[in-house]
Amino acid sequence: MKVPKDAPERFSSKLIRGATYAGAGLTAAALMLIVGYILYKGIPFLTPELFSWNYTSENVSLTPALVNTVLMSLLSLLLAFPVGVGAAIYLVEYAKPGNRFVRAVRIATETLQGIPSIIFGMFGMLFFVTACGWGLSLMAGACTLTIMVLPVIIRTSEEALMGVPNAYRQGGFGLGAGHGLVVFRCVLPSALPGIIGGVVLALGRCVGEVAALLFTAGTVAQVPDFAGKGIGALFDSCRTLAVHMYALSCEGLHVGEAYATAAVLLAVVLSLNALLAFVVKKMEVTKP
Amino acid sequence: MREKCIRACFAATAAISIAATLLICAFLLVNGVPTMAKVGLFDFLLGTTWRPENNLYGIAPMIVGSIYVTAGALLVAVPAGLLCAVFLSCFAGARFGGILGAGVELLAGIPSVMYGFFGLVVIVPCIRGLGVGNGMSIISASLILGVMILPTVVTVSRNALDAVPASYYEGALALGMDHEHAVYKVVVPAASSGIATSIVLGLGRALGETMAVVMVAGNNPAFPNSLFSGVRTLTANIVLEMGYATGMHREVLIATGVVLLVFILLVTLLLNAIREKGEVK
Amino acid sequence: MISNNLTQTPYESIGNPVITVENLNLFYRNYHTLKNVNIAFPRKQVTAIIGPSGCGKSTLLKTLNRMNDLVEGCVVDGSVRLNGQDIFTELRPTELRQRVGMVFQQPNPFPMSIYDNVAFGPRAHGIRSKSILDGLVEQSLRHAAIWDEVKDRLKRNALGLSGGQQQRLCIARALAMEPEVLLMDESTSALDPASTAKIEELIQTLRSRYTVIMVTHNMQQARRISDRTAFFLLGEMIEVNDTKTMFNHPADERTLDYVSGRFG
Repeated sequence: MKVPKDAPERFSSKLIRGATYAGAGLTAAALMLIVGYILYKGIPFLTPELFSWNYTSENVSLTPALVNTVLMSLLSLLLAFPVGVGAAIYLVEYAKPGNRFVRAVRIATETLQGIPSIIFGMFGMLFFVTACGWGLSLMAGACTLTIMVLPVIIRTSEEALMGVPNAYRQGGFGLGAGHGLVVFRCVLPSALPGIIGGVVLALGRCVGEVAALLFTAGTVAQVPDFAGKGIGALFDSCRTLAVHMYALSCEGLHVGEAYATAAVLLAVVLSLNALLAFVVKKMEVTKP
Repeated sequence: MREKCIRACFAATAAISIAATLLICAFLLVNGVPTMAKVGLFDFLLGTTWRPENNLYGIAPMIVGSIYVTAGALLVAVPAGLLCAVFLSCFAGARFGGILGAGVELLAGIPSVMYGFFGLVVIVPCIRGLGVGNGMSIISASLILGVMILPTVVTVSRNALDAVPASYYEGALALGMDHEHAVYKVVVPAASSGIATSIVLGLGRALGETMAVVMVAGNNPAFPNSLFSGVRTLTANIVLEMGYATGMHREVLIATGVVLLVFILLVTLLLNAIREKGEVK
Repeated sequence: MISNNLTQTPYESIGNPVITVENLNLFYRNYHTLKNVNIAFPRKQVTAIIGPSGCGKSTLLKTLNRMNDLVEGCVVDGSVRLNGQDIFTELRPTELRQRVGMVFQQPNPFPMSIYDNVAFGPRAHGIRSKSILDGLVEQSLRHAAIWDEVKDRLKRNALGLSGGQQQRLCIARALAMEPEVLLMDESTSALDPASTAKIEELIQTLRSRYTVIMVTHNMQQARRISDRTAFFLLGEMIEVNDTKTMFNHPADERTLDYVSGRFG
């Protein structure tokens, strides 16, 4: 068996390769430093008090914020999912490509995708909080987030729908099914993993968002009082975990608790990432 | 009839994103543009003093601040990001590449407030340790933003590199080039339009980022005189004062948002121009 | 497994060959792709390698400039000598590939100008002088019979050329390295008949300066333009001889079956 001769290398090749490895090394180092540091500093401060049901300025409990994060994310996805998937279905299954309306939708989603979250926050404050008169509230925050994640859901759903083989549609039409039935029975089920991938991505953005929520949902560190006010609690102000973390680190009084909160937030993000990886893997398996 | 109904429903959902975009632009413009006129466009954009209590609303320092911090972030993220993308696409083995790729995705998923927090507790004290200023500075903000946009640069560039036909690489090898030169002289140039896209996307993210910047940049509304002085960006200006501003002050903040939006629209136009140029090729 | 590949003209009988292949075996994973191949390629002649798909003819060609190194799980045993030097142990792959150029099945010009494509190899190996590069580019394009078609648009993107022009540009790009041997891997199979004819004509003229080794699935092409032909079947070299003898009086029955179109 022949082993290729160890070639005496050009100096420039060594240099180039060294630089490439250094770039990769730097990226890896940044990642490990951030994740490692936050977990290392945060985990020792994870105390039972931090998870008590009610927030007080002594225990700075993160439980209400965690519950609010769940409520806020679910509410905005509940709004964004039908709208986003519906829009994607229209673009892929119904519209003639290139007509005026489709182009307008494309431009709109692209623009929305680029808008910074602070602009969404400002708009939410002007529109939902003031013009609609909802005040700083769960509802206003969720609606703002809905607009923010809409382009993510539309994009990923579009891609998922375009990936469905045409044979599925033809099969449906061949059986005499109407257009709507074909979409719901033949196309949507096989596009579902891709769409769910988009939803998880959107969930990640909701969980981590601060700038869009500060002036729309406010910073009250309690869970809205659904038991007392019923549905009216939707219009209570509340802070999510990310906002909670921002508030803690700005106050500078509870540094240890801020680290711990950061660690919990990071854990949430990590599990979302794992979930996304799982969905993507599933998607690859089911792809025809 | 039923089919038409379904179709109309889907069309309506698609129309919502148009409506939202128009509504956002309308609300900002209606509130912001008259204010700019009231302050005077030149006094607003070129004014160097921001003192709302005296009715002085010059945002030039913030525009400059945004530009400095964004440029700094690109200086950090572009070299490291491109090299990392090349590593992932052309150098890494399947196993290590897979791990690092997953790591980069994780980096992309970390919320910006976490970057800001990390900057506040790690980067700022380090810079302060150098003995120049209090650590809240352009350089801290650039470093943090740079790491934050790194995943954008890496992922988009890597996809572009992966899409380069293998025949280019083989052609270069057949001319007697080694792996390193074949990659950097043929594969990387062939992916240039995708790489440009990744840089502009990173630029957009850095320009629009609020939380990570506001926590580490110092936020003084004045022109910076060195890399170590504090600086306030357009986004920071909004988030810092929106909470308590009223009347004219509040309207000027909305006008600041309009300026930011114009910058972002310019970035979007640039992106489209790159994409069109790439397609012509 | 038959291993007595005694050929009609043993390689020793060729005076001063450029490349000699001795007892070459090649495995891809567990698949024995080339079986004990012995062949020599004479200087400044066109040798055609023919055989049905999967016979190992492309694999042999890619071994000659070690492009097989890119294929994972590919193991080579035996010796290949370029002017007496063993290409696996005595030459760097980069040096080997500078001396043994290759033209691929699909034209693969780089996405840059015509001029930059041809100047690419020389530049990569350190030639910076504009006058030398200009001369090399013109000479290579002339030798590849495409100069007259492109001389007025050297700065235009090479991807704007037609398929046949792109392939001749790729030949020019390989010639700019002034190689000793030019390998052509079914280089006309992706082209229309008119472009194919042009390239065949070009190969005829290249013979005066270069050694050309071409793989083709087109027997007529081998017959028209090659001096010698080698026939491969299932990884074995069945027969090699000068083209006329090979097609008119093949020694092996299997060669006869193939050249008379009974299979393949």
